Amino acid sequence: MNALDAMFYWLGTIVVASPMLLVLILGVCALLGRPLGEQALARVTAAAVVFSLLPAIAILFLMLASGERYVPVEWGDWMSIPNAHLHFHWKFVFDRLSIPFLILSCVLCGVVGVFTRRYLHREEGYQRFFLFYAFFFCGMVLSSVGGTIESLFVGWELVGLSSALLVAYFHERMNPVRNGQRVWSIYRLSDAAFLVAAITMHHLTGEGDFGGLMGSGHWPEGVPETTSSQALLVGTLLLIAAAGKSALPPFSGWLPRAMEGPTPSSAIFYGALSVHLGAYLLLRVSPLLEASTILQGLVILFGTVAALSGAVMSRVQSDIKVTLAYASLTQVGIIVLEIGIGLRYLALVHIIGHASLRTMQLLRAPSLLRDHDAMENAIGSRLAASAAGQGRFRLGQQLWIYRFGIARGYMDAALDRFVVMPFLAAFRLFDRWERGLTDRLSQESSRESDAVELHPETPERAA
Amino acid sequence: MSNLHLPWLELSILTPLVGVLLVNLFRNRETAWQIATGICFLTVFLAFGELIDFMLLGAFEAHDHWPLQQFVFNRDVFVVDELSAFLLPLAAVIYLVTVLSTLKTKAPRFSLAWALVSESLVLATFSCRASWTLVALLAISIIPPYLELRWRNRCTRVYAIHMIVYLALLLVGYTWLGFVDPHSASALFPGALLTGAILMRAGIAPFHLWITDLFEKATFGTAITYLTPLTGAYAVMRMVLPIAPTWALQSIAVLSLITAVYAAGMALVQTEARRMFCYLLLSQSSLVLVGLELATAVGLTGALCVWMSVGLSMTGFGITLRCVESRISRVSLQDYHGLYRQMPVLAGFFLLTGLAAIGFPATVGFVGMELLIEGAVEVYPLVGTFVVLSAALNGIAVLGAYFRIFTGRENPTLVPMNVRFTERTAVVLLTLLIVGGGLLPQPGVASRYHAATELISQRLRNPNATDGELTETEGHRHQATDSNPPPSPETKTDEKGSDQ
Repeated sequence: MNALDAMFYWLGTIVVASPMLLVLILGVCALLGRPLGEQALARVTAAAVVFSLLPAIAILFLMLASGERYVPVEWGDWMSIPNAHLHFHWKFVFDRLSIPFLILSCVLCGVVGVFTRRYLHREEGYQRFFLFYAFFFCGMVLSSVGGTIESLFVGWELVGLSSALLVAYFHERMNPVRNGQRVWSIYRLSDAAFLVAAITMHHLTGEGDFGGLMGSGHWPEGVPETTSSQALLVGTLLLIAAAGKSALPPFSGWLPRAMEGPTPSSAIFYGALSVHLGAYLLLRVSPLLEASTILQGLVILFGTVAALSGAVMSRVQSDIKVTLAYASLTQVGIIVLEIGIGLRYLALVHIIGHASLRTMQLLRAPSLLRDHDAMENAIGSRLAASAAGQGRFRLGQQLWIYRFGIARGYMDAALDRFVVMPFLAAFRLFDRWERGLTDRLSQESSRESDAVELHPETPERAA
Repeated sequence: MSNLHLPWLELSILTPLVGVLLVNLFRNRETAWQIATGICFLTVFLAFGELIDFMLLGAFEAHDHWPLQQFVFNRDVFVVDELSAFLLPLAAVIYLVTVLSTLKTKAPRFSLAWALVSESLVLATFSCRASWTLVALLAISIIPPYLELRWRNRCTRVYAIHMIVYLALLLVGYTWLGFVDPHSASALFPGALLTGAILMRAGIAPFHLWITDLFEKATFGTAITYLTPLTGAYAVMRMVLPIAPTWALQSIAVLSLITAVYAAGMALVQTEARRMFCYLLLSQSSLVLVGLELATAVGLTGALCVWMSVGLSMTGFGITLRCVESRISRVSLQDYHGLYRQMPVLAGFFLLTGLAAIGFPATVGFVGMELLIEGAVEVYPLVGTFVVLSAALNGIAVLGAYFRIFTGRENPTLVPMNVRFTERTAVVLLTLLIVGGGLLPQPGVASRYHAATELISQRLRNPNATDGELTETEGHRHQATDSNPPPSPETKTDEKGSDQ
């Protein structure tokens, strides 16, 4: 290993190890029931972000100076079974796709970390927020530089868990919790598609390395070594995973629900980074998409539907954060469309620009009404409402579009009605059958759990 | 056969029995609990001693040095091999953390003496290979939960009916097997009876009703310790895997897979936390059976890894829920309870152990679950993906339970309910094993793979079990084990004969 390679190795290691260390510190403190104070917590978090960001920038400059386009950092096998030709490899890749996304993640996480320090000052859940934030940050870094599908999946799962828990941050209220559960359910099902894709990749290439799937060449010039049908299979599964993570239809319903979380988490997770993670995955495997025309068509279709439905839905919302969430969906749809038609660099630039803009908008959202009032006071009258697009459609069509938008595309309702409710109804029926059978065997009512008190923890009962 | 340097097996089996005598000597609950905890710690030490000694030997199987039972019975009853070497410490840890986390409020209901008897039985079971001793231990182990149900004046019919059928199938199947050549086609019928018995013990649908009933009526501690070591899976490995044809095993794997998905779906609709836990355990243990019955090296490795994970994480999840129950009684999932403020550390443990149970990254179950899925997809490309579906549904159930119990409501009570020192010790111990095993999976996976290849190579010696032909993958893995040849069939026959 020459000096440059060694430098790349150590810088890359620091990039990845820093957020892991943050998770370790905050996790151990939480488990021991000895949380850090606000100031110490903010400093540790800032240090972790800086120790990821600076080496990432250093790697970028070194790559530009040396002409290197692809820097793999390998930690060896996490697990390997040589006789079965199976191994899960810790490999991180710094290339023209991961470096910009990594730097974007570090910058936005850093900004939101600093913002949160004041925004959640003296909040009861301050430590909890930063613990979940640490998981999210670690997940984003792993997802950004993951060179194997396993490393990417680990990051992907961490992002999913932290997102769901942060949606439920205000956990003494029921709605945020319900929404957190909804987000988690969608994530779990789309993650299942990701996991099946990972296993399928192992079967096709014998390893989870993206290089093995992409064949020769580094991003974006990779030429896949898979057949068209194999690409369609793996690509479709990854597209489902990406749709869940990026809230593409029919999974868009979780996006406005996610806005129940505190503003910093809405900004960084659902407005800026998390919502782009699906698009990033598609970008990472974009050479694979070109191996199958059907797959490309599917990506274009998903992107187009997301962009159009997002545009309609964002225009009729009465809540600023939800409006911004759907505006994000519109842009993510366009980014997916760009990926589908092969404009990879444009999509990457679009992600960076959109994430930065949306973070700023969402962080400003809590003070928007005050600004609005200040402007109206200054001009001495109400601001004129935008009438854009009103004349393009007849009244009936406008009403239909409005109804579609206000009902959020009926996506949640459709999922509930055609998937969730039948599923739960079927299992409740099985439960009744089991009860009947057990009662018959027992010759008495067999379920003591029926008599369980609804709220045994209430103070009245304790008294 | 190699000798361990000390009689670890016998000591670890006898120590809990000595503990029973000591516990019964002291009527003071606190003293009895302290003795039981000390005995459990000592048993864990002995079980880990066995594991380390066995690993240092580098053999596939070994028995105790200066074996007392050989002196008394003139035969080797207890033998440790690569399958059981890890299961003994696992079982000992399960009992330790369960006893350690038992609060004084539970003492009148949870019998420490019978818990130690059960521990001794489980350790003895895991130290036995297919033999009448194993059959006897499997039969005796059904007694403690039955007695507990009787003492608690609960209906025993569901448990008793299932266990009688199980016992009948087990006894008839094993007796019949003694009269036929286990390597011939005539072993198919006794094999089917044994399989039926073990499916019932493992709670494969529709024979799972006794498990839900046990969780309803027995103490939570007894239900956890009786079911989380997965004794049914051990019986599969010892009694069914060596003789069952591949097609039969893989058919059972499909049944187990259906159970896994069914139980995962049922966990989602339960309105009480203990029942939810029961179905979650059922789903996860069925996934272990799926891997065991795939009869491929990768699937078997995955199953053995998930077995360890389920044992640790589901025990952790169970005792955390038990800690919550011991504070507020049984928990309804029909509404939110908002207990986070009263018990933040327990909430954290609940989430951690629940996530570990579903194979979340960086926990002990992650790699095992991936291997299991890999093995399932290898054998059944489409059906295998249902393993993933089951894991996804379990994940939804776990977080749903967390939200229902710890969030969603502002709980105005000021009564402190946080975790006590002994409870924290129990769960921190499990957490270290869960996260440590997740971050450094290689030693565990390598040893489980080696065990899996040995078990498959034993199967390959039975032409009936492999339908007379080797599959490409099995053949490859058989070659892979040539560097460490398994014991010869003669040795195996002798051992079996001496066991009987």
